[in-house]
Amino acid sequence: MQVPPESVDVLVIGGGNAALCAAIAARRRGASVLVVEGAPKFYRGGNTRHTRNMRCAHDTANDHLTGPYTEDEFWDDLYRVTEGNTDEGLARYMISCSKEMLSWITQQGVRFQPSFGGTLSLGRTNSFFLGGGRAMLNALYRTAEKLGVDILYDAPVVDLEIGGGTFRAATVRMNGASHAIKAQAVVAAAGGFEANIEWLKEGWGEAADNFLIRGSPYNRGDVLKMLLEKGVEAIGDPTQCHAVAIDARAPKFDGGIITRLDCVVFGIVVNKSAERFYDEGEDFWPKRYAIWGRLVAAQPDQIAHIIFDAKSLEMFMPSLFPPIRADSIAELAQKLEIPVEALGKTISEFNAAVRPGTFNHLELDDCRTEGLAPKKSHWARRIDEAPFYAYPVRPGITFTYLGTRVDRDARIQMKSGAGAENMFAAGEIMAGNVLGKGYAAGIGMTIGSVFGRIAGERAASHARD
Amino acid sequence: MHGTDHLKEAERLMTVCNSCRYCEGLCAVFPAMELRRNFSDADLNYLSNLCHSCGACYVDCQFSPPHEYNVNVPKTLAQVRTDSYRAYAWPKMFQPLFDRNGLAITIITALSVASFILGFALWHDPAVLTTDSGQFYRLMPHNIMAALFGAVALYAILALVMGFRIFWKEIGAGSVSAGSGTTLWQAGKDAAGLRYLDGGGVGCYNEDEKPTDRRRLYHHMTFYGFILCFAATTTGTFLHYFLDWPAPYGWTELPKLFGIPGGIGLVIGPLGLLRAKFTRERDMTDPAKFGMDTAFLAMMLLTGLTGLLLMVLRDTPAMGVTLAIHLGVVFALFLTMPYGKFVHGLYRFGALALYAAEQKADRAAAPSGSPS
Repeated sequence: MQVPPESVDVLVIGGGNAALCAAIAARRRGASVLVVEGAPKFYRGGNTRHTRNMRCAHDTANDHLTGPYTEDEFWDDLYRVTEGNTDEGLARYMISCSKEMLSWITQQGVRFQPSFGGTLSLGRTNSFFLGGGRAMLNALYRTAEKLGVDILYDAPVVDLEIGGGTFRAATVRMNGASHAIKAQAVVAAAGGFEANIEWLKEGWGEAADNFLIRGSPYNRGDVLKMLLEKGVEAIGDPTQCHAVAIDARAPKFDGGIITRLDCVVFGIVVNKSAERFYDEGEDFWPKRYAIWGRLVAAQPDQIAHIIFDAKSLEMFMPSLFPPIRADSIAELAQKLEIPVEALGKTISEFNAAVRPGTFNHLELDDCRTEGLAPKKSHWARRIDEAPFYAYPVRPGITFTYLGTRVDRDARIQMKSGAGAENMFAAGEIMAGNVLGKGYAAGIGMTIGSVFGRIAGERAASHARD
Repeated sequence: MHGTDHLKEAERLMTVCNSCRYCEGLCAVFPAMELRRNFSDADLNYLSNLCHSCGACYVDCQFSPPHEYNVNVPKTLAQVRTDSYRAYAWPKMFQPLFDRNGLAITIITALSVASFILGFALWHDPAVLTTDSGQFYRLMPHNIMAALFGAVALYAILALVMGFRIFWKEIGAGSVSAGSGTTLWQAGKDAAGLRYLDGGGVGCYNEDEKPTDRRRLYHHMTFYGFILCFAATTTGTFLHYFLDWPAPYGWTELPKLFGIPGGIGLVIGPLGLLRAKFTRERDMTDPAKFGMDTAFLAMMLLTGLTGLLLMVLRDTPAMGVTLAIHLGVVFALFLTMPYGKFVHGLYRFGALALYAAEQKADRAAAPSGSPS
């Protein structure tokens, strides 16, 4: 049985992309490094397991990117998705560091591939991990182990000893015993709190009981909470999280990418009373999917149903569960356990409001409704061709925005206004500094890698001074 | 509905994988899967034979066990693949040989070896088994040896071709012209280099999540060792009949130049593959396939080993028995070729050809018997 050392130069709390980048960077600077991962080995790496790509600025196309993506364009995208909820200085610094990240992360053993079929829209901006996020993690772990980084699994941190802005030791719980580990510097890279339903309830009330957590059940925010209780300054809206509408039949935790549904734009979405509540065709799906978690969360019992007909069945990516199928609308309503008459009425009103148009799901077409509230602006086609299909959906929580404030050195900022002496943060736990709202594909990994590396290097420098 | 639980599980996994697609850059299986939304038995047999069992998709998968989705593509496709060997075997009455293949191969080999020893002893004075004349053909006249092995080889080829035809037709190879020269050339290159046994580029996985595996190297030694040994036998037969130049041959003659490295490859290669088999992560393997795999590797190893031994011992009294064992093993190897692991090479080649054709046509093949 592995026993943790009593002291180490750099202690890294967490085991995902940010944590491993920090551990590798610190070790390469000559520090002794211990990684404590709260999850068992299979589940190591938090939500990095479920990721697929990272967004880095680059000047030219290469073997896996189809064209240049300038720092300014990256900034414009970030500004747009966050609606200005970002720290411009820090964000621009991260974007400039992201350029070098593509080669740095490759040197750590991570491999990329060109984007394929379903992801072509990201082929210029985002670098896809060959084999996905877990393959990326495995490569980082291999490199860390080769460099001599010590790694403990099933080792959650249960207490932090912090005096003023100085970290002294962490208490790790392993096999029922507590171990105090002293360190010259600490990197907190332990993720957000999206798997902590009780904490989510503080922002969402009892509705959070009906949320599904798309990623790791181990992201409970314990380390974040301890830090905030010990004088660390918070950043980001504590009540907000990134939520999409996913298949309601998905497991409570860790259902991952395969429970997502890309068919809202092809049909209508009704709540448990069989009533529509939002414009399903407002804009292209990649620009709208992130609002639907919130929309469904606002419906009674946090449940809704995407309803479409035979015309649309094969127009979107397949997903884990087959759609619920029926030969009539009434039968479909029965199977969904929603009011039969109400669904019939909703669909006949919708069908009557659909104007003739030329359907084209690749553009903002002219298929729309008239005189219907809420309207459907595009891709509105009558639901009249049996068999009829439905997917039940619930809010699926991806990540939370609350975090620790940091500066360019990834140094944790204290409520007193001063920077911490030897505490750094990277990854989702500090993502709110640059991503105060919204999301852009692959940006979580950019935040993790860039600030992970910076945090590791600064922590090592501090430890060795 | 699918015929077996293995096929049902394979369909479930392909539904999961088709919704994820993170592995699409690792090998040929996932791009082939993406051309489909539904998976017939024939589709799954095709995909299972396309899989080289490198293990990369298992260690890279966020949903592999102990995750509740229990996504284990290498194991499930290995099970479907083994079942497919049985299903396509010709004639049908020999399909049960796949049920306990390790045992079947062992018994057939033992009987074959015993027959040669007994045959030598009955044909001549039993003392002939222990002479040190160095003359093979005094034990078994060359014409008889050539006729016997020619006949068993022809039977093996017939049975293999018949099985392959059923497979080829069922997976719908004709619907995308998988038999065209360019696709066969592509499949030949992919097979000869074992392109998809490289874990997506870092080497494949065996014991754990570290790509330390050398199976591709050992497979090359086994395969090319086999080819060289075959070349040695063929050139020997040619020299004998057409140039009237019977064995034995000198160290610098073609049969020796082919046979010695071939024999060495056939010893080291199977030993390496056997070692990998015993150390492989249990979760990724199909336990029912263990007997078939080890029996085939043992046959390869025995062929190489007894061949080399024969060369070393030919001028000793052990020559007679060694020759009987070597011939017995090789005879059994040919006889069981259509009913053991050997067939994997053929079906994999067929699957690679179909893959090359599908990628060229950018559409899935239409399996026979399923709606196109």
